[in-house]
Amino acid sequence: MLQYDGVGITAMAAAVPHTVIKNYEYTEFFPADQVKEVVDKVGIYERRFADADTCSSDLCYAAAEKLLADNNIDKSEIDLVVFISQTPDYRMPATSILLQHRLGLPQSCVAFDINLGCAAFCYGLSVVYGMMQSRNIRKALLLDGETRSKVYSPKDRRSAFIFGDAGVAALIERDEKFGRSWFSLNCDGSRGDFIMIKGGGYRYPSSKETLIEKVVDEYGNIRSDEQGYMRGGDVFNFVIREIPRDIKNTLEVAGKTKDDFNYIVFHQANNFINSYIAKKMKLDTEKIPSTIAKYGNTSSVSVPLTIVSELKDKLQGEKTLLMSAFGVGMSWATGIVPFVDCKISEIVEV
Amino acid sequence: MNVFINKIVEQLEIENADSLNSDTIFRELEGWSSLSVMELIALYDDEFDKQIGDTEISKCKTIGDLYNLATE
Repeated sequence: MLQYDGVGITAMAAAVPHTVIKNYEYTEFFPADQVKEVVDKVGIYERRFADADTCSSDLCYAAAEKLLADNNIDKSEIDLVVFISQTPDYRMPATSILLQHRLGLPQSCVAFDINLGCAAFCYGLSVVYGMMQSRNIRKALLLDGETRSKVYSPKDRRSAFIFGDAGVAALIERDEKFGRSWFSLNCDGSRGDFIMIKGGGYRYPSSKETLIEKVVDEYGNIRSDEQGYMRGGDVFNFVIREIPRDIKNTLEVAGKTKDDFNYIVFHQANNFINSYIAKKMKLDTEKIPSTIAKYGNTSSVSVPLTIVSELKDKLQGEKTLLMSAFGVGMSWATGIVPFVDCKISEIVEV
Repeated sequence: MNVFINKIVEQLEIENADSLNSDTIFRELEGWSSLSVMELIALYDDEFDKQIGDTEISKCKTIGDLYNLATE
């Protein structure tokens, strides 16, 4: 369990693509009644899809510019920029470095990417909070962006209706008013094949073969090896065991109970999973904001996007959030994160 | 077994429940879809405290096979 004192998020902003996908009308590849069944079950009615020439970094750039302008931040004071994504601009260089230049941040700025999926916002916070203990970083920008709509096959009903695109920027500063944060960061590589894009890396390089669409299961789902797949049942089985366990463990170490939080922000996986976990843990659903219906699963962006979208005017004064997220890896995280007068901008469309 | 079948009927919202027995091939049931796997996993967890995933369910053919996963 990682603990940090006197560091927190002072401002947040988010950007979403302007294109709204209505899930009932997303595809004619499946019969309408099948689409309705899936959409109703996962509780995702709309998503945002980035254009072909819009990348995760573009969404994060728009969010960061909004945040910096709204809060009148001197860019020369940004000493650290971290970009979280599994849909970067290029295989190299790191997108964070391109964003350093594009945002006009100083060359003395520390910049690197974190390649993690749905649990990554807590990982990113923990990395930045840890580096800020050195006291020589004045301000840090944590950028978290995904264009997962470009990753999955529209002909694979297991993933076709789930994922959307968004980018978030969070400004992180040191201040004693924040008190203590706790992060439980976990992984299990033995389940690395639960969610995967197999082709296009160096283990299984791009080729004519990896681009061929093929039927992959008994239900007639179709995808190529360069598109993502998800073994939803195995993910669900894993998550309903590990997430309640990790939350309980984190609360125990921090000496807190589930009633000590103003809000509990879950990764917006799908409504079926999130509802099941809330029911199983007997959580107060009034404290659990949701954006699953309008933005879908935006991977690592879903936790901070939900904060920006649903808690905009609710993080004045001292508040404590419980964050819980899980995904590809498998990788999962729980965070106890204090907020004090966090300034949250309006969501911008790109 | 009857209790288990009733749970399946409830969880999967099967309308014609009378014809179900341990030999019923569940993938041929009207209303069965890939999403039903999630419902089954929830059923195993909630009612039987069993951790069952895609891998185990994919090896099953009949409702009897599913019942064995719950009771093994």
